[in-house]
Amino acid sequence: MNDLLYYLVFFVVLTAAAWPLGRWVAHVFEAGPEGVLKALRPVEHFLIRCTGVRQSSLHPQEMDAKQWIGGVMILSVVKIGVVFLLLFFQDRLPFQNLINPQHFPGVPWDLALNTAVSFVTNTNWQNYGGESTMSYFSQMAVLAVQNFLSAAVGIAVMAALFRGLARRETRALGNFWVDLVRINLYILLPLSIIGALVLASQGVIQNFAPYLTFSTLNGAKEVLPFGPVASQEWIKNFGTNGGGFFNANSAHPFENPTAFTNFLQTFSILLLPASFVFAFGRLVGDLRQSWAIYGVMVALFTCFVVPTYLAETSPPAHAVSGVDWSAGNLEGKETRFGVGPSVLFNLVTTATSCGAVDAMNDSFTPLGGMMPLLLMQVGEVVFGGVGSGMYGMIAMILLTVFVGGLMVGRTPEYLGKKIESFDMKMIVIAVTITPFLILSGTAVATMWHWVPSDMNNPVPHGFTEIFYAFSSMANNNGSAFAGLNGNTHFWNLTGAFTMFVGRFGVIVPVLLLAGNLAGKKVNAPSLGTLPTHGVTFALLLIFFVFLVAALNFIPGLALGPIAEFFQ
Amino acid sequence: MKAKAVLTKELFWDALAQTFVKLKPNVQIKNPVMFTVWVGSLLTTGFWVASFFGVSDSGMGSGFILAVALWLWFTVLFSNFSEALAEGRGKAQASELRKTRGEVQSLRLKTADWASAGETVGSSALHRGDLILVEAGTLVPADGEIVLGAASVDESAVTGESAPVIREAGGDRSSVTGGTKVLSDRLIVRVSADPGQGFLDRMIALVEGSARKKTPNEIALTILLVALTLIFLVVTATLLPFSQYAVAQSGSGKVVSLTSLVALFVCLAPTTIGALLSTIGIAGMNRLSAVNVLATSGRAVEAAGDVDVLLLDKTGTITLGNRMAHEFLGAPQVEPSELAQAAYLASWADETPEGRSIVTLAKRQFHIPSPSFAGKEHKAIPFSAQTRMSGLDWNGSAYRKGALSAIEAWVASLGGRFPEQVRGLADAAARAGATPLVVARDAQVLGVVVLKDIVKQGIKDRFADLREMGIKTIMITGDNPMTAATIAAEAGVDDFLAEAKPEDKLALIRKYQAEGHMVAMTGDGTNDAPALAQADVAVAMNSGTQAAKEAGNMVDLDSNPTKLTEVVLVGKQMLITRGSLTTFSIANDIAKYFAILPAMFLVTYPGLAALNIMHLSSPASAILSAVIFNALVIPALIPLALKGVAYKAQSAIHLLRKNLLVYGLGGLALPFVGIKLIDILLTGKV
Repeated sequence: MNDLLYYLVFFVVLTAAAWPLGRWVAHVFEAGPEGVLKALRPVEHFLIRCTGVRQSSLHPQEMDAKQWIGGVMILSVVKIGVVFLLLFFQDRLPFQNLINPQHFPGVPWDLALNTAVSFVTNTNWQNYGGESTMSYFSQMAVLAVQNFLSAAVGIAVMAALFRGLARRETRALGNFWVDLVRINLYILLPLSIIGALVLASQGVIQNFAPYLTFSTLNGAKEVLPFGPVASQEWIKNFGTNGGGFFNANSAHPFENPTAFTNFLQTFSILLLPASFVFAFGRLVGDLRQSWAIYGVMVALFTCFVVPTYLAETSPPAHAVSGVDWSAGNLEGKETRFGVGPSVLFNLVTTATSCGAVDAMNDSFTPLGGMMPLLLMQVGEVVFGGVGSGMYGMIAMILLTVFVGGLMVGRTPEYLGKKIESFDMKMIVIAVTITPFLILSGTAVATMWHWVPSDMNNPVPHGFTEIFYAFSSMANNNGSAFAGLNGNTHFWNLTGAFTMFVGRFGVIVPVLLLAGNLAGKKVNAPSLGTLPTHGVTFALLLIFFVFLVAALNFIPGLALGPIAEFFQ
Repeated sequence: MKAKAVLTKELFWDALAQTFVKLKPNVQIKNPVMFTVWVGSLLTTGFWVASFFGVSDSGMGSGFILAVALWLWFTVLFSNFSEALAEGRGKAQASELRKTRGEVQSLRLKTADWASAGETVGSSALHRGDLILVEAGTLVPADGEIVLGAASVDESAVTGESAPVIREAGGDRSSVTGGTKVLSDRLIVRVSADPGQGFLDRMIALVEGSARKKTPNEIALTILLVALTLIFLVVTATLLPFSQYAVAQSGSGKVVSLTSLVALFVCLAPTTIGALLSTIGIAGMNRLSAVNVLATSGRAVEAAGDVDVLLLDKTGTITLGNRMAHEFLGAPQVEPSELAQAAYLASWADETPEGRSIVTLAKRQFHIPSPSFAGKEHKAIPFSAQTRMSGLDWNGSAYRKGALSAIEAWVASLGGRFPEQVRGLADAAARAGATPLVVARDAQVLGVVVLKDIVKQGIKDRFADLREMGIKTIMITGDNPMTAATIAAEAGVDDFLAEAKPEDKLALIRKYQAEGHMVAMTGDGTNDAPALAQADVAVAMNSGTQAAKEAGNMVDLDSNPTKLTEVVLVGKQMLITRGSLTTFSIANDIAKYFAILPAMFLVTYPGLAALNIMHLSSPASAILSAVIFNALVIPALIPLALKGVAYKAQSAIHLLRKNLLVYGLGGLALPFVGIKLIDILLTGKV
């Protein structure tokens, strides 16, 4: 009952905050700031001049789809290179005492590459424990910067797609560099500063002190890690990045000390993805579309919350006698949060592409653990990552509109834009690239690991771990099922490949799609047009989301969690 | 051409022969989805052969492998059969059309005059620009434009309409079609197409399916189907290492057989829609030609489904031909019968339908006798553009009828006075949407004959249906706005364009297109050609000029402008059939998973037996039942693909709900029942 109330309050607060934020985001995409943040205009202009964009006040030079792809790819590849070098040489940088008080050695090449790709692609898959591998400099100046930039890249690509749908007969999709600056300056930074202060006030630590070594009561030596946590904790969630400062991520008391911060963190993960739904409606001038999409997302999410919650709170058929089940399955969960909030957090984090965790999926019940897995596999359509969620959802909507539109006897169209063969090509690439990566990656891993040394669990649980890892990496989620030793050449390299293709294999077709859509004229709606805002369409969309996921993943799931469940 | 039954004996055997011819790989590769099934059939056949040489497919019996292989071949054959059947129907229609296209001798002239010298040539030697003489009683050898002469022509070979039509040089009725027969007089025709390139030749090729190109929407759908096929290929291919891993790790069970993997793949791949996709397209063209409309491309038919604005000429489409006399309104102190008599006389020489209708009404209402011309001087005055009047000089008086302004000028020129009351009567009639014709005898104005349009029966319901489908109807007329508004209201069109000139039509189409509408129109005159070329869907009347036919993308052989609505329906139905079968095909897969997955992995994970919710007898019968169901669905749906999903006018949302229920939910549920039934038949166990 308390949990139900918790969930209800959560969604009311989320919706109430997402609505005005969506309005603000639409403003930022269209023109720029107003009100208090207008004071930052000179900073914006300075930064944009640094990117080399010629700008005449409000109307920067716009870019077409190919220029967008160029911008995104150049920026991302350069960032991967820079992050790789900074991590690889983290022990050779100046001011070691200040920035690397623990004197961690340079990060091995394969791990550095994996981590660089991981943070640049907004995945934040971590094959390392932050407190035992990364210097303060690496955490703050290298990785946390990517938390902002990779989120902003996703949001900018989404803005380009929004423009592609809203505009008519043009090639211009806005300017990538200008968007990047504005998104950081007017959305990510201000809210992260406020968020970090609130978290710090609740006890999230923020210091540059060396780790504290102390003796426990029975005389053992223990190390208590410190660090500048609060400043990157908020953006970790807010930018749906998920790369924790500590290995335990949001289960660690220095990252997530209280039930209130837990609520706040859950909320901050969904805040931007939810608000983008409303920004979309404002940009295309039809808020009914927003409500339909928001409704579908909430409905889909509910479809996952209910079974997970039931699985985690009801005693299993073969419950060990003497184990108290009154509080639900608490294995791997923090008692200061409880089962209900932990379930919500782990579903929110897999629905989006965040991947932060406040409880260990590996210790969930088989069905409870399958839900986060499935939630990643349906693609980033249940809210999804910042930016990637909405562009993933729009690709899915276009797919649904295509089949649904045919069923009403017209060439399918969305928001007046006809969906033709080029669009279809881009849509199917964007929708199928992740299942392709997940399945083939898992297949390669199972072939590679006939006698696995890095697997701690036998089949089918071990299979689920591999399946989960590739689902997480291909969807740029970054949450781990745990129980898998990922820091090997094999995992670091296949992971880097999967994350890179999983990110840009979607972004490139989405940008080409945006460019092609922008060039189309807008057909006037009539009674004969498939309406995309009603309940019928929403149900159709849900049907297709589940159908596509089911068809791709039922066999894999049957060999993993389902087989385990029936064992 | 008449609509054919779905299947005749002859068609069946022809199609059956084609079914096997189409097994050639170069034919199969054109349909990527079915090509993968074809490869799967070859593979499983190979496994079967190999099983006799001691190569075991994970311990599967050769009987099982053979059964799977056979049913996969059947899947391919069923697909071939449906396409062959649709093509066969098209060919049957085409050969009827082609009967009219035999070799015909004609005289090729040097210059366009009757006395010109010429040589006799066969129709296959005629080229664009040649001048030919066509005599009475001979067939027109090729499409062309009449440059000299007028003749009555029997076009029944093309239109099925037995009444001959008049064809003459100049004007809107100057084109002749190859294969039609000149009944009287003779014509000099300039050939407008090279041999085999005539308008009908091209269209026959389309109907036949030989010149069929995939339409844009079909291409987009194929992309989706290919993507689904590829991803299912990955889904099934990766199951092999998954299975090997599970067996190696758990140390129990057996790796899945390749035969069952191929079976699973074929069941998952969108074979239902893949097999029927081309059939749907060909059948759509056939349905259109069955209502005597020939399209220049499948793209045009598809575009017809998208049309949301229909431009319809008033005359002939919305109203019956021409205006009819409706009422005689006498001027003050003039008896209606006196007016009727004068109107009769003024119309006596007027052969236009309006003139005839005045005579008819006068006879019917006042029993006016035919005027006697014995000993009386009479002279018919035909309508001229200068006077804008027509009439008769008879017995010393001049009878005239014409528009108010024309009669007013005439009366004034004779020194008479135009009575204000008559002006009032005429204005009132015009306000009511009728056409007032004023009748005068010399300088005396006798009154007004009211002509009215008669709206066709049932047309209002038809427009209501169109409105329900989201299609806006716009009436085009040369009438004044007041008249137009009245008829528009009576016929129930959404909007009208009054006092329309050809360039207004073009401007209107452009305006709607700029607003994002898809516009369809019909036309027959040369001055319609620019508008026809601009419209998204343009149906030219076969009776119209060559220019109009070339500008349009469809030709209605019956020259019935109302046909446009049927064209729209066929276009929509084609898309609906595609969408519905796609949904059905994908939704089917869920049940197949429940049949095949537990069967495949039972030996490794016995717990997965819980997924066998259909309680199929054995793993082998489960896989076989799914494959058989998958194959049998194709022939079961051939009639649907040929006839199209039933469609009646309704809004998109209602249509979506209905089709989603039938093909979405139906597609989910049906295979559970079907696979279970087949399993019972195969094993005899419930």
